[in-house]
Amino acid sequence: MKKVLAIVLAMMLVFSVAAMAETVKIGVFEPASGDSGAGGKQEMLGMQYANKETPTVEIGGVEYDVELVYADNGSSTDKAPSAAQNLVSEGVSVVLGSYGSGVSIAGSQYFADANIPAIGVTCTNPQVTAGNSHYFRICFLDPFQGTVLANYASKELGAKTAYCLGELGNDYDQGLLTYFKQAFEALGGTVVTESFPTNTADFTSYLTNAAMYSADVFFCPVSIAYSTQIVQQAASQGATFPILGSDTLDSNVVANAAKGTNVQVIITTFYQEGASPEFDEGFKAWLNEDAEAMTNNGGNDMISAVSAMGYDAYYTALEALKAAGSTDSAAVMAALPGVTLTGVSGAIAFDEVGDAIRNSAFIKKINNETGDWEFVTEQTVE
Amino acid sequence: MWSTVFPYLLSGISVGGQYALIAIGYTMVYGILRLINFAHGDVFMVAGIIMVYMAASGVPLWLCIPLVLLLTALIGFVIERVAYKPLRTAPRMSAMISAIGVSYTLQNLVLYITGGLNQIYPTIPWISDSVTIFGATTKMVTVITPFLTLALVVALVMLINHTKIGMAMRAVSRDFETSQLMGIKINRVISTTFVIGTFLAGVASLLYFTNYTTVIQTSGAMPGLKAFVAAVFGGIGSIPGAVVGAFIIGIAENIIKGLDIILFKAGIVSGPLGLATFSDAFTFALLIIILAVKPTGLFGEKITDKV
Repeated sequence: MKKVLAIVLAMMLVFSVAAMAETVKIGVFEPASGDSGAGGKQEMLGMQYANKETPTVEIGGVEYDVELVYADNGSSTDKAPSAAQNLVSEGVSVVLGSYGSGVSIAGSQYFADANIPAIGVTCTNPQVTAGNSHYFRICFLDPFQGTVLANYASKELGAKTAYCLGELGNDYDQGLLTYFKQAFEALGGTVVTESFPTNTADFTSYLTNAAMYSADVFFCPVSIAYSTQIVQQAASQGATFPILGSDTLDSNVVANAAKGTNVQVIITTFYQEGASPEFDEGFKAWLNEDAEAMTNNGGNDMISAVSAMGYDAYYTALEALKAAGSTDSAAVMAALPGVTLTGVSGAIAFDEVGDAIRNSAFIKKINNETGDWEFVTEQTVE
Repeated sequence: MWSTVFPYLLSGISVGGQYALIAIGYTMVYGILRLINFAHGDVFMVAGIIMVYMAASGVPLWLCIPLVLLLTALIGFVIERVAYKPLRTAPRMSAMISAIGVSYTLQNLVLYITGGLNQIYPTIPWISDSVTIFGATTKMVTVITPFLTLALVVALVMLINHTKIGMAMRAVSRDFETSQLMGIKINRVISTTFVIGTFLAGVASLLYFTNYTTVIQTSGAMPGLKAFVAAVFGGIGSIPGAVVGAFIIGIAENIIKGLDIILFKAGIVSGPLGLATFSDAFTFALLIIILAVKPTGLFGEKITDKV
């Protein structure tokens, strides 16, 4: 009798485990607050939408539920380590993020120590993946982006003098300013670079400086919170120079700030609405039925490039999990370099450093009447 | 030369006026309670957030403005009653810790409500319009701020010098216990101080956020800190000191931002020196120098300890 009971119990245990779906955890290392909170949230939207679209993945013949584990790195390099440690202790198989290179670099070592691979979504600073084997990324890099912008400013806008402004101590801003300066000076232009301290709200004097230097373009690859201030203050000062920005400015929040003004805003970015109609349609439908997602997207259903990138990052992670055939993070790390897929933002493959092989960027500008982003051109640098 | 310096001077006077309105709150509370109200900068930010949400909910702007000022004053009153009054007999340090607690509570409350997203401040007609004076284009609010600040300061000084409650305030700031013995209702005086201080912070938030239109939970930190520095600079406890200090700091930081180009145009230097980066560092260095030379600040009274 006891034997029968034991067998029955053992069977129940086995079946219950089989019936209960296995879960694989993907860490989302993104800022949900701070200066980059708005951008981080939009990047997360892409992952959340992808997770809703494909909530399970087959790893080694077993169907797993995918659980997104969130950690808010607060857009700040001193909060990033504890957020990274949270993800490590949650036992995630792979990490996605972060929006912002500085926080990615700050969290990087904790993932390396735990043997967890990370997939950078829109962190464009070369230092994120340089000199390590666990950080990968699916977007283009700053030397490339800086060169594209410098070329555009010099050749298309005919600019001779560029005024560059970045946040003090922000790896992303300062990196891009350097690459832009190198490329722009190589093209025969003059560059004036200045930096502002964190939490600055008053940019009027910097804008005056640009006007005094008779700058032809104002290059500010800064966070959304700062760029909205710059755009609006430029409008009230009647600034005549166009504002040039990087992928961080690609947000409907910035477009709204420029709506109804005369300020020209031109940026480089990863994705332009319309490149994948299927994704656009599904994503918009999801935003429109989910009120919270709509709020996190800035209150309308315009698609930010970072959302498309978040979407692609999620599928890259799923491909890596499939290729690894295990939820073990070390196995996923080993499988990642060989992962290739065609995402909505283009083909994704990694080079030996762990960077995406990409050679083109979208350039777009704000339509001041409608407050929408408009496609200008797709720029390729050989 | 003048046309080069003027735009920076304009920005400086404007932001100085806004710092002044916040600094008065610090200095008045310090004068009466010997308490540094660290939550003051956050009350200023909360006033901005209330305005954003009230305007978004469809309340007409002409009604929003007085309502925001009223609500801000009410918040100041409530903070004092909840966080400081129970600690009246406790060591001064406890009240200060309580103030830091209030500051974090307000910031995190706003972080929770806004979800960390930056909010765009509503456009108030007329004062948001662009004007051009002496070749510098700016918002109307920049021009109005110094005048409005001075008018409010004059009104405040009149209140303190010529009304009964003002007399009570002066008495309380001179000697807390004696004035209590003389029949002054201490709690009423302190509440009034907080209401006036936060009301002025509310006015400052209207002016400041009309100029710099993004509000996030940390928006109050920098202006609050600068205003605090201004209050110490001018001699904490002194209202004219706070106002003068605020204007000096506002102008100094903006001139520093433009110093490169000013020196360049004047022919003193041949290339940019990168001084703009040091605008904040300079502000605080100035504070250290002033305090080293004159520890009580520009207008501070000499403190004689009673035995």
